[in-house]
Amino acid sequence: MWKWINSFAKPEKAHWLATVLIPWFAVVAIVSLIVGITWGLGFAPPDYQQGDSFRIIYIHVPSAILAMGAYVAMAVGALVGIVWQWRTAFMFMIAIAPVGAVMTFISLFTGSFWGKPMWGTWWIWDARLTSQLILLFLYLGVIALYSAFDDKQQAGKASGVMAMVGVINIPIIHYSVEWWNTLHQGATITKIGKPSIAPDMLWPLLICIVGFAAFIGWVTLIRMKNEIVIRDMHRPWVAKMFGVVTPQKLRRSDKILGGTAQTSEQREAK
Amino acid sequence: MNPRRKQRLFAVSSIGVLLVLSIGFMLYALQDSIDVFYTPTEIMQGKQKTGQKPVLGQRLRIGGLVVPGSVSRDEATLAVSFDLMDTGPKVTVQFNGSLPDLFREGQGIVATGILEKENLIVAHEVLAKHDEEYMPPELAEQLKGIKHVKPEEAGY
Repeated sequence: MWKWINSFAKPEKAHWLATVLIPWFAVVAIVSLIVGITWGLGFAPPDYQQGDSFRIIYIHVPSAILAMGAYVAMAVGALVGIVWQWRTAFMFMIAIAPVGAVMTFISLFTGSFWGKPMWGTWWIWDARLTSQLILLFLYLGVIALYSAFDDKQQAGKASGVMAMVGVINIPIIHYSVEWWNTLHQGATITKIGKPSIAPDMLWPLLICIVGFAAFIGWVTLIRMKNEIVIRDMHRPWVAKMFGVVTPQKLRRSDKILGGTAQTSEQREAK
Repeated sequence: MNPRRKQRLFAVSSIGVLLVLSIGFMLYALQDSIDVFYTPTEIMQGKQKTGQKPVLGQRLRIGGLVVPGSVSRDEATLAVSFDLMDTGPKVTVQFNGSLPDLFREGQGIVATGILEKENLIVAHEVLAKHDEEYMPPELAEQLKGIKHVKPEEAGY
């Protein structure tokens, strides 16, 4: 079992797994996003207080939940990378970081657009909104720190530590509405007991959450494949996969990517 | 697990524990300042844990439910006054401006303003707080006896 899991530390195995998984994620994402969003925006009944404005929930809630989910996934990648020294774990970490950042941004953006007509304000510095904004900054920090290093293994370690430290923010976001007085309402579906939303409104929401999750997986795997190929450009398995690569071509790509990253990769290869 | 991995895992988890502890203490210390509003009871009787009461002239936020029947409007201007309560005493809010769509009797409201008297706030911003329950109008009428009226028909 451990041996089997450990085999994914190898870039070629991880690349293969991503290739196998991508079509599944793609199909689930496309089908559930189409069904969920059409159902939610077109057919679910309006809310008794908010009327049709509540429909933004079908974008807002999935993006907010999965911004946190993606963060946890990124931190798990960082943990595996640092403790077990998997290169592929850091590649996963940096592949999911921008995707999670975009999700966080979408949740903040749609939240503002919901807040203006319903609450009467675009923004308020309450605990929920502020901690979600911090999540966005954490994502941007991880991405910025990773890009600051030329040696990508070093970059992975440094930004991995940052990613793990930031996990503390996740329970704070979730419980902010319970621990403190906030303008943001409490949890609707992620609470113990019955969700406080009518079933015909809940189903499209759940389908949208599945769709968003699959979409994040899909995009992340594509990004991870690219990252693996770029980092392993000089290894024989990549050359074999893309057919014959002449030494001249290799040298040209060397120039495009800049020399320093390659030397560290070559050092690793030895 | 080999010793080096064990060592790294130990380092990572001890940093994690220290971090959780320090953030925990920090949030515990900041407990009262993180709340975005005072409840009417807290304004009159002080915060539950610390007993800290807001002083007159302080700029603050209040959050509570609009007491049914307490909303009174000025005929000529936008001026409006209403009472807010939670579980205890009421606090009156005076406001001159347009109210959010969700403003109605029994609704949760967060108002920002100056504490003029012990139980009077002159607000310059009124926000509506909605709860986490979502249901179709028919169901709401059945369950809660609330009839959904569009804001333009409600006469607010």
